[in-house]
Amino acid sequence: MTALNSRSPSIHDPLSRIFEDGVRAAWPICLGYLPIGLAFGVIAQKGGLTPFEIGIMSLLVFAGSSQFIAVSMMGAGAGLPAIVMTTFMVNFRHFLMSSTMAAYLRGVKKTWLSLYAYGITDESFALNLTRFQEEPWDWKRAFVVNQTANIAWIGSTVLGGVGGTLLPAGAFGMDFALLGMFLCLLVFQLKGIFHGVTAFLSGVSAVAFSLLFGGNGHIVAASLLGATLGLALKKIFFRRKGGEKSC
Amino acid sequence: MLTDHLLIFLAMGIVTYLPRWVPLYVLAGRDLPGIWVAWLELIPPAILSALIAPALVTTGSPKHFDLLTPEFLVAVPTFLIAWKTRSLAATVLSGMFLYWLAGLFLFPG
Repeated sequence: MTALNSRSPSIHDPLSRIFEDGVRAAWPICLGYLPIGLAFGVIAQKGGLTPFEIGIMSLLVFAGSSQFIAVSMMGAGAGLPAIVMTTFMVNFRHFLMSSTMAAYLRGVKKTWLSLYAYGITDESFALNLTRFQEEPWDWKRAFVVNQTANIAWIGSTVLGGVGGTLLPAGAFGMDFALLGMFLCLLVFQLKGIFHGVTAFLSGVSAVAFSLLFGGNGHIVAASLLGATLGLALKKIFFRRKGGEKSC
Repeated sequence: MLTDHLLIFLAMGIVTYLPRWVPLYVLAGRDLPGIWVAWLELIPPAILSALIAPALVTTGSPKHFDLLTPEFLVAVPTFLIAWKTRSLAATVLSGMFLYWLAGLFLFPG
């Protein structure tokens, strides 16, 4: 990723500058959330939720796919335990993201960590992680990214609940914005042969698991499997190599 | 009705927040053994790939495998653009444009 401009961002910058950088960085997420949020608002409103309830739900949960699933379960008359259990399983993937993100949030006060945790989504995690790895980035800017995405999510879901889709179906290819962002961030993550092997194994098993078992468990299962196999192959490879050298 | 819904949302919020919070709260600022660091380093490509791949090559309900989805056909050039340009903006915008084109010409209606 190329730096936005020549100035070098620092955590000691004035808050206005940190705020500006964070909001700017979040644009692909906002773009991608808009069509999904609007669509969710429409579906939730049809399912009997008021715009106020939609806003509260987006604020409290802030996890798109689980919200879609919960609304359809509510419509089908599912009870609280079933909805909560499903939500937990669908959103458990954040556990892996949070574990990975922890390394970049050293020295952050526990209160701020707890607030930061609320904003960890697939999108903000992937975007912030890449920023942390590729250029000067800090937890304050990352926090602004999280919260900008949060506002975009709450806003677009409520808007969908009030005004309908607003966008014509497929407008401007916006439905591809998040996939495009993930693809690019994946490319940034392919830092070596074993990163590539891991991504390949994880992708193939995610497809297989999602076809075999349905549901949403495939993301966690495939990520764990892919990373573990990738690491195992890396260890075996370097052991072999080390062994040959010592011969 | 409203309180029922709010209770569901609150419970959903709690079980969503916990897996986001626990690792961050416990692990931030702690030195992990090298093997865990090496493993966690492979988690981002693994997660990204696990998020992307099913969205590209599975479709319909019930889900089935399909290589001829607009998502997959657009993802291939988008991936190459990302590889070449290493620019998030160029990738996202050209991906959107290609997806829009695909919707117009390859998968109308």
